[in-house]
Amino acid sequence: MKYIEPHAHMVSRVTDDYERMAMAGCEAVCEPAFWAGFDRSSAAGFYDYFCQLTEHEPKRAARFGLKHFCWLCINPKEAEEVKLAAEIIALIPRFLDRSNVLGIGEIGLNKNSRNELKVLEMHVDLAARYNQLILVHTPHLEDKLKGTRLILDVLKADKRIRPERVIIDHVEEHTVGLVLDTGCWAGMTLYPETKCSPARAIDILETYGRERIWLNSACDWGVSDPLAVPKTAVEMKKRGHHAAAIDKVIYQNPKRFLAQCLKFKVG
Amino acid sequence: MTRQQILDLYFLDARHKLIEIAAFLDRAERAAGKDDFRLKAFRAALGKLSGRQKEKARRILLTFSDPTTKPVAKAESKGAVGAWSGGQ
Repeated sequence: MKYIEPHAHMVSRVTDDYERMAMAGCEAVCEPAFWAGFDRSSAAGFYDYFCQLTEHEPKRAARFGLKHFCWLCINPKEAEEVKLAAEIIALIPRFLDRSNVLGIGEIGLNKNSRNELKVLEMHVDLAARYNQLILVHTPHLEDKLKGTRLILDVLKADKRIRPERVIIDHVEEHTVGLVLDTGCWAGMTLYPETKCSPARAIDILETYGRERIWLNSACDWGVSDPLAVPKTAVEMKKRGHHAAAIDKVIYQNPKRFLAQCLKFKVG
Repeated sequence: MTRQQILDLYFLDARHKLIEIAAFLDRAERAAGKDDFRLKAFRAALGKLSGRQKEKARRILLTFSDPTTKPVAKAESKGAVGAWSGGQ
């Protein structure tokens, strides 16, 4: 079984996780820019982080035969300070030509505030001006439904954005239909406590189909499992899904979306 | 899969989770104090489980969700607590 991990925060994980993912069949791991668990105090801190994502982390992954790709942005959890966000967004273009950068992400909303929305619009504008793919984070728990609606409104309002080049991540039963109806892709995140369990993710696949949808672990410094995608593939097998159907969800679909960026190559 | 196969695969796990919910409610109700907005939402969500209506998971998620449509003035925190506070 081969798979692509389309959303993992590997800077937060130990090197053993790369080895375990490689042993489980992972061919490529894609790392959106993320909140470090604390607010960084300057644009210089983000410059170093973007260097880590584009220089250091690919080398760490390569030790285990894994390709490493990344997305760049200021995460919505740090987007309340608009002036700082603008400084950080201004840094991003100098990194966009780097060989493992796939696009702008994970942008979006966290608490659905006015400033978060402003920063989201700035990111969307950046992606449009540089013709970049977009990966969107939707808020947690009680904030997800409202945030998903606000995000979709921003994307629809910018006529330069093509929905087939946008993935809206962390969908659940109450948001997946909203996302797929817009023509965007949907990501399901497999978490032990929040977001989707493997069983629920498969329920969603059986209900909404396997088109424009992928699975990810979004493993980070919190409670999460870097092997959540292959474990869900095993669950799909137990549920009677054929090998080709499993391959479509865990390999072909992420490959199809990500290959819209010509730098993404696997296999 | 047939309903029998689904039951064979998931019944014990679902039974375990249901008892955990019952024990959680017993624990909360033994403790001094009143229900807060989270427990009120939880009790409302439990009401969606009975009956034959479809899309129970989606309807429970909606019960916990902020139904408003306008952005808030400022993000006062970073985390979420699992249930909408009703603007409190």
